[in-house]
Amino acid sequence: MSQHNPAISKGIDWSLAWIYFLLVAIGIMSIFGATYVEGDPILQSFIGFKTDYSKQLYFFIVALGIGLLILLTDSKFFPATSNIWYVGGIVLLLLVFPFHTRVSGTESIIRIGGFQFQPAEFCKICVALALAKYLSRPDTDFSKTRSQLIAAGIVLLPAAVTIMQKETGLALVFFAFFLVMYREGLPSAVLIVGFAVAALVVATLLLEKNTLALILTGIALLVAYLMRRQVSRDKSLLIKIVILWVICVGIQRFGVPIIFKNLLAKHQVERIYSTIGRDVPKEYMKGESSTTASGKKVVNTADYNVKQSKIAIGSGGLAGKGLLKGTQTRYGFVPEQRTDFIFDTIGEGFGFVGSFVLLSIYLLLLFRIVAVAERQRSVFSRCYAYGVAAVFFFHIGINVAMTIGLAPVIGIPLPFISYGGTSLLTFTVLLFILIRLDADRQMVLR
Amino acid sequence: MSVFNQSRSRIIRIIFLLAFLIIIAQLFNLQIVSGKYSKLAMDNAVFPKIIYPERGIIYDRKGKAILNNAIMFDLMVTPAEVKNFDTLSFCRLLEIDTVEFNKRIKEAAFKNTAVRPSAFQALLKPQMQARFEENSWRFPGFALVERPIRLYPYNAAAQMLGYINEVSPADIERSGDFYRMGDYMGKNGLEATYEKVLMGQRGVQYIIKDNHNRLVGSYENGTFDTGAIAGRGLKTYLDIELQEMAEKMMTDKVGAVVAIEPKTGGILAMASGPVFNPNDLTGPDKNKNYSRMALDVAGPLLNRAIQGRYEPGSTFKPLGALVALDEGLITPSFGYPCFGRYTACGSGKPACTHSSAGHAANLRLAIANSCNSYFTHIYRMAADNPKYHNVGNGYMKWKEYLNAFGLGTKLGVDLPSEDRGFIPDTSVYNKEYRGSWSSCTNLTLGIGQDKMGATPLQLANAMCIIANKGYYYTPHFVRKIDDETEQDTALMNKYRKKHEVLTHISDDMFNAVMDGMEAVVTQGTARVAKIEGINVCAKTGTAEKYAILDGQRIKLENNAMFVAFAPKEDPKIAIAVVVENAGFGGTWGGPIARILMEKYLNDSLTKLSKADYERISTTNKMPKHLARLQYKEDSIRARKWFDMTKDSSYIEKYTGIKPTTTPGKKKEIPEKQRQPELVAVLPNEKSLYKQRLYFFTIS
Repeated sequence: MSQHNPAISKGIDWSLAWIYFLLVAIGIMSIFGATYVEGDPILQSFIGFKTDYSKQLYFFIVALGIGLLILLTDSKFFPATSNIWYVGGIVLLLLVFPFHTRVSGTESIIRIGGFQFQPAEFCKICVALALAKYLSRPDTDFSKTRSQLIAAGIVLLPAAVTIMQKETGLALVFFAFFLVMYREGLPSAVLIVGFAVAALVVATLLLEKNTLALILTGIALLVAYLMRRQVSRDKSLLIKIVILWVICVGIQRFGVPIIFKNLLAKHQVERIYSTIGRDVPKEYMKGESSTTASGKKVVNTADYNVKQSKIAIGSGGLAGKGLLKGTQTRYGFVPEQRTDFIFDTIGEGFGFVGSFVLLSIYLLLLFRIVAVAERQRSVFSRCYAYGVAAVFFFHIGINVAMTIGLAPVIGIPLPFISYGGTSLLTFTVLLFILIRLDADRQMVLR
Repeated sequence: MSVFNQSRSRIIRIIFLLAFLIIIAQLFNLQIVSGKYSKLAMDNAVFPKIIYPERGIIYDRKGKAILNNAIMFDLMVTPAEVKNFDTLSFCRLLEIDTVEFNKRIKEAAFKNTAVRPSAFQALLKPQMQARFEENSWRFPGFALVERPIRLYPYNAAAQMLGYINEVSPADIERSGDFYRMGDYMGKNGLEATYEKVLMGQRGVQYIIKDNHNRLVGSYENGTFDTGAIAGRGLKTYLDIELQEMAEKMMTDKVGAVVAIEPKTGGILAMASGPVFNPNDLTGPDKNKNYSRMALDVAGPLLNRAIQGRYEPGSTFKPLGALVALDEGLITPSFGYPCFGRYTACGSGKPACTHSSAGHAANLRLAIANSCNSYFTHIYRMAADNPKYHNVGNGYMKWKEYLNAFGLGTKLGVDLPSEDRGFIPDTSVYNKEYRGSWSSCTNLTLGIGQDKMGATPLQLANAMCIIANKGYYYTPHFVRKIDDETEQDTALMNKYRKKHEVLTHISDDMFNAVMDGMEAVVTQGTARVAKIEGINVCAKTGTAEKYAILDGQRIKLENNAMFVAFAPKEDPKIAIAVVVENAGFGGTWGGPIARILMEKYLNDSLTKLSKADYERISTTNKMPKHLARLQYKEDSIRARKWFDMTKDSSYIEKYTGIKPTTTPGKKKEIPEKQRQPELVAVLPNEKSLYKQRLYFFTIS
């Protein structure tokens, strides 16, 4: 397979590779910091495959092996097989329905022997490849609405299936691919409208119904007044403003309540409200109310996690308490310590300085990927690179934001740092395919 | 197609950068600006374990420990760990049934969560503790925790020592959060007054805990731990043997005994009847005993020596003489022609026991014969002293003397809740007689009656003034605080200050008063207090007493009053005895005073005294009307309880009668209120006294 590359290292972007190694090392150290039991012999524990940090080390070795295999692969292999990847990914996603375990909360996991596998994770690679393939097709004219809809379909199909598996958090990741489409010419209006709708939803949750309706009406009247000249020239503009106003009030009055009452699960509603720091209103409460018969407020677990997480990070201060010294992370106050809330270990152990350094490394990684994307000659490689950047960005942003109370708690891992074989492998494959494609950046791949 | 959107790569980078900046801003806010999270993390993970110091010991004048510290055990349960459990044998061991067992487990889990230990049974009885320790391996989730308690080897001085109990939320607030839930503090008596000395200094050990509140290990290797410093001891003037005897004699009586060392103001013994055993307020049954005593109309929790207000009657006469002498109104040779009654105010009252001529020919004789006319007259001389122009000023001057003697004002003894007694102000008379009154109006003040009220402690202190020829030290228990600090010195200084209250009286004049009091013993009403080889000075008194029962004013037996000091030449003990419902002052007060003085001065008792001691100790002089009063209060309370809860058991218990209205459906009462200790809201001791005072008022 490697007949085109006498040396594997030829053309490899070493800065990406070094950042990768650095992040994985930070990850293993963090897992060690979170789960090391006082008194265990450190070296033996690392080798023994019994502790989480030891397992992560072995996961890394496996992932690195697969990464090397990818580097040995012909770069043409990826555009050529993109569609097969995508179909395979969707099939795997669908296979979850008959094969998933019966334990609640694991509806998206396939278990084979001792291993468990989450197809939604793997699907990110497939979508990145398939989207890149579609966008790079010579006969795709992305300025046409039809092409834009097809691209959106490629992204949203796995998202829809994942939502059906009650993994809304994982599904949201697929929305990150809109960033790729934006780069490839999706009208800015789409992003702006997207943000506007998001802002409207948040405002709906924060403000009282009628107040918000009044504000929206006020904005509509203001816009109409400011545009009175244009309106007098073009009466249809007024109708457009009215329609927009109706849509906005409709979303606020009916859209959001319908989503919250019918589509979202109880824990999701609670998480969203805990992020904005409000109690869940009565109308959105599901099942039993959140207070017990004795009137004592039941501690909302999502709320508890975020509070403890904020305490952990906040108590780190400027320089942190030091590795293995964090009381929050060492004594189990933050659940999901080694996976979704791994950032707490860094926040508490190394403080603001440590967090800043880690985030800088991540930002460096993203900027590097964007830079790599822009130097590609082939559209496929560029689109794929943007896909990788978008996925990483979404994971990092949402994960860190949720640990510091800026985003609702959705269980997505921090790339290369969170404990977990599937996620480490997924991110490694994503990155190494990019490195492989970049090594052949002079080629125009189709 | 690839080139025309290149500018968007910059926008994407800006989006990345903005998101990271928002995150970094929030991190900056959490980690650097907001300081609260470090504290929250500490609260989460570090458990400050309080190390309780050993409480200080209280010693008597001979260095015997009046109380000791001991350890009892609370049985704690961690409900989550109660698994694979032999409930039956456990219940048999603790002598409870399984219903109770389940109830307590549920309660513990509710109060303090299932993973934290809470008290299953407080202060385990020693035999249960022993049985539990042998079998503890069979009962996972249960553990014993030490609780310090007080033990009283002499079974004496309950009201004076006070007791310790867990702090209430109100105590914690009052202390500015110095105390914490579960702390013990002195609740009455010396335990309360000297709380700061006795409690010592708590130590803290910082222990790391995990998210289930399990203790994991020492925090920072104990760098921040501080050790506990034991409480300091108190050396008192109390003579515990004297105290025991005084209490023994006050058994089944209502009244009080106070004995003071005149030269120091040190209290040698103080007893209040009815007495109770201090060990009743410690150990497993303390709550039950406390409720019983708090609801007892005889008021055993009262310290009548400092809280009982009595009419001094004739025991006041020597003090009236001191006022007249100091003012220069009379000399020891002053006499008054009394022929059986006092006629100067026209009414012929008060009458006098003696009518023979010359029984009040001088001060000594007047005291010896307790001449009412004489002392009425000298009171009127003081009140109508021309030096002060009118009776109001004259009276106030007279009152000033009495206040200086410590009457009608708090003496400042080192016990809480002292009563100040009562010497009326002119305003009291102005109000009652609409401004028109004269020394004739309240002439019986001269013989210790009218509205005058004094505590036994005040009476004993007044004896000290005579014994010391003009001065006294504020009566107090504590002679010395171990390792006295500056703060303690400030506290103790008021007991080291000499109160010179009579400066114009020569020793000769004092001797005349003493001679009179000695004559009371040698030939007067206090002959019963005579001690072989010791010159005793004494004065008896008798006060009439009324109570209102079932809407009727009934006359009770008189209060017996007795004051004394000895030896005359060099007084070492001054004493005041009040026995309610006991008739003439000499009959009961006299022997009690004699026995105590004999014991203190000779350290042995004569045959006669031994016999008297036995007789007095075994005689019940409880007022008869108390039984009726108790019945009324109990049944009223039971009725209130019935109205509140529709639980008729108390009505049946106290009255034997089923309630008249048919009980309706039981109201839901919270678990806690159902415990019998809370039958009624327990009155605190002070309000208890006010309630009782009504019945002990002397007319």
